[in-house]
Amino acid sequence: MNVTIFRAGFSSTIQDLGRFGSRQSGVSVGGALDPHALRVANLLVGNDDFAAGIEITFGGLQMGFSDERLVAWCGGEFEVDIPAGHAARMRAGDHLTFGKSKVGCRSWLAIAGGVDVPPVLGSRSTDLRAKFGGLDGRALRDGDELALGPRPAFGAATQKVSSWSAPHDWSNTARAVPILRVIRGTDWDLFSNAETFWREEFAVTPDSNRMGARLEGAELKRKEDVDLVSEAVAPGTIQVPPNGQPIVLLGDCQTIGGYPKIAHVITIDLPIAAQLRAGDRVRFREIELIDAHRLLAERERDFACFRTGLSLRA
Amino acid sequence: MRPRRKANRFAPPQIKPLGDSALVVRFGEFEEDKSLDEVSGAMRKIEHAGIPGIVDLAPGYATLGIFFDPTKIIDTGVEPQFVNAWLEEKIAESLTRRLPRDKRKVRSIEIPACFDHIFAVDLAEVATHSGMPADEVVDLYCATEFRVVCLGFTAGFPYLAGLPEKLATPRRANPRKEIAAGSIAIGGKQTGIYPSISPGGWNIIGRAALRLFDPANDPPAFLQAGDCVRFSPITREQFERSTS
Repeated sequence: MNVTIFRAGFSSTIQDLGRFGSRQSGVSVGGALDPHALRVANLLVGNDDFAAGIEITFGGLQMGFSDERLVAWCGGEFEVDIPAGHAARMRAGDHLTFGKSKVGCRSWLAIAGGVDVPPVLGSRSTDLRAKFGGLDGRALRDGDELALGPRPAFGAATQKVSSWSAPHDWSNTARAVPILRVIRGTDWDLFSNAETFWREEFAVTPDSNRMGARLEGAELKRKEDVDLVSEAVAPGTIQVPPNGQPIVLLGDCQTIGGYPKIAHVITIDLPIAAQLRAGDRVRFREIELIDAHRLLAERERDFACFRTGLSLRA
Repeated sequence: MRPRRKANRFAPPQIKPLGDSALVVRFGEFEEDKSLDEVSGAMRKIEHAGIPGIVDLAPGYATLGIFFDPTKIIDTGVEPQFVNAWLEEKIAESLTRRLPRDKRKVRSIEIPACFDHIFAVDLAEVATHSGMPADEVVDLYCATEFRVVCLGFTAGFPYLAGLPEKLATPRRANPRKEIAAGSIAIGGKQTGIYPSISPGGWNIIGRAALRLFDPANDPPAFLQAGDCVRFSPITREQFERSTS
C-alpha cells in the first residue's frame, strides 16, 4: 500500500540508519542525521530498527494514506497534528501534515511497515550528493507515491493517538540553547588559541546542510601552516578549514578530509547537532571519552527497557 | 611534536580516537608504496579478525579509519570505560598477525580521456603556472603512471599519487558550484577525477570517458586503492562516440 506525497516541503528524503561498509569506495554513511530519533519512531510503530522513514527538513510535508497505518515522529519542534513521540493511527484517506519548524529544523517520521524502496549498497537512505538510494537518489517531490512494506504484527495504539509516549528527551531533540559536548580532537594542539573554542559562542550560517553545520565566530588560529594528508572523518567531527571557522560534520559528510580536527561531538549529542539551523548560537563543553561511552551504554539500556515495555502493551 | 610527522619508519602504528565511535590507525609519513601496502594490509587483517562492533573502514593516505558501535562492544561484556582500550588491544593484536600473501595483482587501468578545450576549462591556467604549452602539459600528464591512494571526497573519487611536480597548480580561489562528472582535475599536488557532478575547487584539465561510480556494481567504485592508472588521450569525436 502507498502513501501519496501531496506536498514534499523544503527537503524531505527517505533515510534509514545509514549505509555501512562502503566508505572505502568514498560512499558517505548518510542515513537519518539523528539515527536515534528514527530508531525511536520505528519502535513506536512496531518496525524494526532498520526500516526506512522520512527525514523532514523545515517542514511543509503533506501526505495521504491509502490504508490503515501507525505513524510516529521525533525531532525538532514542528507544527504537526500529532504530538512527537506518540504512535498515531492513520486510516485510509487520512492526511498528515508537517507545518513549519519552530525550534530546530529536522524531524523523522516512521510509518508502520517502513518505506519500501530497494536497498542500494545495503541501505535505503538517499545519498543526495552521489544521487542514489531512497527514491531515485533525490528528495521527495509533490505527487510522489511511496510504497510501504507489510504492516508489522503490532498495534498497541487503539485510540487515534497513543496515551503512552517515548521519553521526552528522545522525541523532542531541538534545544533553544544548544550546547554540544565534545571530546578533544588529535589536532587540538595545532591551534594557538584552542581555549577560545570553549569560551566563545558560534553562530550557525545559512550554507549548512546534511554534510555539515558551518559555524561563524572567533577565528581558530593554527600555530603553523602544516599540510595534513586526508584521513578519516566522522559525523560529529569538527574540522577547521584555513579561514578558522569550524564546521560540525553531519551524516552526509565526506569519508576522508584533510582539515585539522579540533574536536568531536559525542554520539549522544548528534541529535542536537542535527537540529542546528542558520542563526542558532551554539557552545561547546568538554567531556571525557569514557563518559561519552557511559552515556551511550545508559541510553542503550533505557532503550531496551522501553522496547520491553512497549512489547507488553502490544 | 606530532606523531604523524615524525613517526619512525619501523615504529608500530599509532591508534588514536576519532570521536567516540571511530579511531584512526596511523602508519607514519605517507610514502607511496610503503603506505599503500601498510593500509591495505591492515584492512585485510581487520576484516579477517572479525572484531565485534566494527561497522566500517575508511582508508586514507597513510591511515586507516575504523568505525565501531560502542554499544555492540559493551554488549559483549566490556565495561563502558574500557571500550577504546579493549578495541585498541584487539586491533593491535590483529595487526601483528600474519595473513597469507595477497595474491591479487596490481591492476593496470587505462582511462580514455579527452583534453579538448571544451572540457579542459582550466588547462590554460595549469599551462601558465607550469610554464609549459598546453599540449605539453597534456603529454606529460598522459605519460605519467598514477597510483590510486584512496577514495573519498565524493563517492568513487580517486585520489591519484604521482603528479609530476611541474604540474602542481594551486586550487582555484573561488571553487566552482558545479563540476561535470568525469572531470580530471589538479588541486595543489593532488590530482583526481570527479565521478559525479559536484562543487569543487580543483583545476579541470580534461574529461574521462568512463563511469567511475555505479552503485549497482560491487564494489561501486570503478577504481580501487592500489590500482595503477594511465590516461590515454582521445579526440572529442571519439569521446562523444564512446559516451553516447
